[in-house]
Amino acid sequence: MNFEQLLFFIFAATLVFAATMVITIRNPVKAALFLVLAFFNAAALWLLLEAEFLAITLVLVYVGAVMVLFLFVVMMLDINLVKLREGFGEYLPIGGLVGVLLLLEMSIILSDNLFGLERMPEPAGHDAAYSNTRELGRLLYTFYVYPFEIAALILVVAIIAAISLTMRKRKTTKHQNPGEQIKVQAKDRLRIIKMPSERRP
Amino acid sequence: MNSIMDIIDGLTAWVGLPEWLQSWVHAGSFNLILVIVITVPLMVAVAYLTFAERKIIGYMQARIGPNRVGPRGWLQPIADAIKLMFKEIILPTNANKFLFIIAPILSIGPALAAWAVIPFDDGLVLANVDASLLYILALTSVGVYGVIIAGWASNSKYAFLGAMRSAAQIVSYEIAMGFALVGVLMAAGSLNLHDIVIAQSGNFTDWYIWPLLPLFFVYFISGVAETNRAPFDVAEGESEIVAGFHVEYSGMTFAVFFLAEYANIILISALTAIMFLGGWHPIWDIAPFNWIPNIVWLLGKIAFFAFFFLWFRATFPRYRYDQIMRLGWKVLIPVTLVWIIFMGSAMYLTPYGDYFH
Repeated sequence: MNFEQLLFFIFAATLVFAATMVITIRNPVKAALFLVLAFFNAAALWLLLEAEFLAITLVLVYVGAVMVLFLFVVMMLDINLVKLREGFGEYLPIGGLVGVLLLLEMSIILSDNLFGLERMPEPAGHDAAYSNTRELGRLLYTFYVYPFEIAALILVVAIIAAISLTMRKRKTTKHQNPGEQIKVQAKDRLRIIKMPSERRP
Repeated sequence: MNSIMDIIDGLTAWVGLPEWLQSWVHAGSFNLILVIVITVPLMVAVAYLTFAERKIIGYMQARIGPNRVGPRGWLQPIADAIKLMFKEIILPTNANKFLFIIAPILSIGPALAAWAVIPFDDGLVLANVDASLLYILALTSVGVYGVIIAGWASNSKYAFLGAMRSAAQIVSYEIAMGFALVGVLMAAGSLNLHDIVIAQSGNFTDWYIWPLLPLFFVYFISGVAETNRAPFDVAEGESEIVAGFHVEYSGMTFAVFFLAEYANIILISALTAIMFLGGWHPIWDIAPFNWIPNIVWLLGKIAFFAFFFLWFRATFPRYRYDQIMRLGWKVLIPVTLVWIIFMGSAMYLTPYGDYFH
């Protein structure tokens, strides 16, 4: 076993452990933190495959932004854990059946005669000047430019839709309008009155 | 360096470790020594940045600042460190013990790990990673977890409010920061920090601060917001929520948060110097300026930007929360977007494209 394989097994084992903890641990905040750990290990596996752009982007997008917002929401929710775990036994047979089916299907497809080591030869190593990011960018903006643009457009539509669904103006909120605040001048707030001085009686 | 490695190799051979373990020990200890060479001066710089802050803000407010410990107060940070080390670490009731302890570590870890890719001079870098700009961006975004976990694990309302504020603020400003870095990436045509500095070689007119001036301001403002420093320090907000996310921390756990904040200041200053101010390059590449070693130029630029952080703290009042969000989303992000589009069109559609490279 060489060093790379050792690293692979460490990261893969941690990934599986973290993913299991996400669905079994009772505390939702801890579950979210285990999901962060799972993302980190997935990124490490990608690094082992020399896909550094994907690995760092996974950390940047999912760990740095998505999970922060996830934690933000989960921490503010007051989740009743006992209620959440009700009906576990009721759903266990169906859920278990689906799980076993998934496992079987995956083991058929990902079996040795389709994805075995003989079928998938080890890719040739790259020289030191090879840049994963550059290659990805070149392919994405030339060969796959239309799918890329369409995906971007769909995302923009989704963002606008999400905002327009959640945006509502309540009359009762006391929010400030910065434009009006800036426009305020001294004479709107302050009145200087000229008064003649009076002699002390 | 070589003699130290020889000693380590001799030791492992003398103990009689197997061959493969010897090579692991060799590689591990070699990198460990390099890490120590970077980290120890960084920690000293962090300690003296706290001293500099107290002194500089003191003079700006017409005070003297600390002047009791050592000559002119120069031993103050050491006294502070010893005091904090001997203080008791108090665990709040019902706090999550593991997360409470690990939160300061999570906040200082990324701040130190990012230094792995900072080039100090031509070839003087711990890891010349190809996507080092992305790596830096990813690590600075991970730093927020320390704050969030600290706020949640403390089991305190004030700490929790601080964590929530910090999370929203950092996520918002990261976008502006990322877009500002996209400009740098477009100008240099590389994600490698070493290549970015090389692309700015020459005189100070070749630095990216001139073609990317709006992005430079956006980056530096986002950097101040990202480090939770004044005027964006709503996560701490002494007058509103006591000390925010680290209100329950004491002793060394508090000190680690403090170190992380100052390490982040130095990191953001270093990145600004590398990406916009030509890294290790001197102002003019002529006689009296290029006699000074390159690394001194880089350190000088870092100190220059670090001074700005202290200056801001003494000058500006704290932003209100909605003003922070407004500045991030409605001012900084549009500025970066407009400048990126402007740059892209100028680079490929006009004959002035060279100016941006």
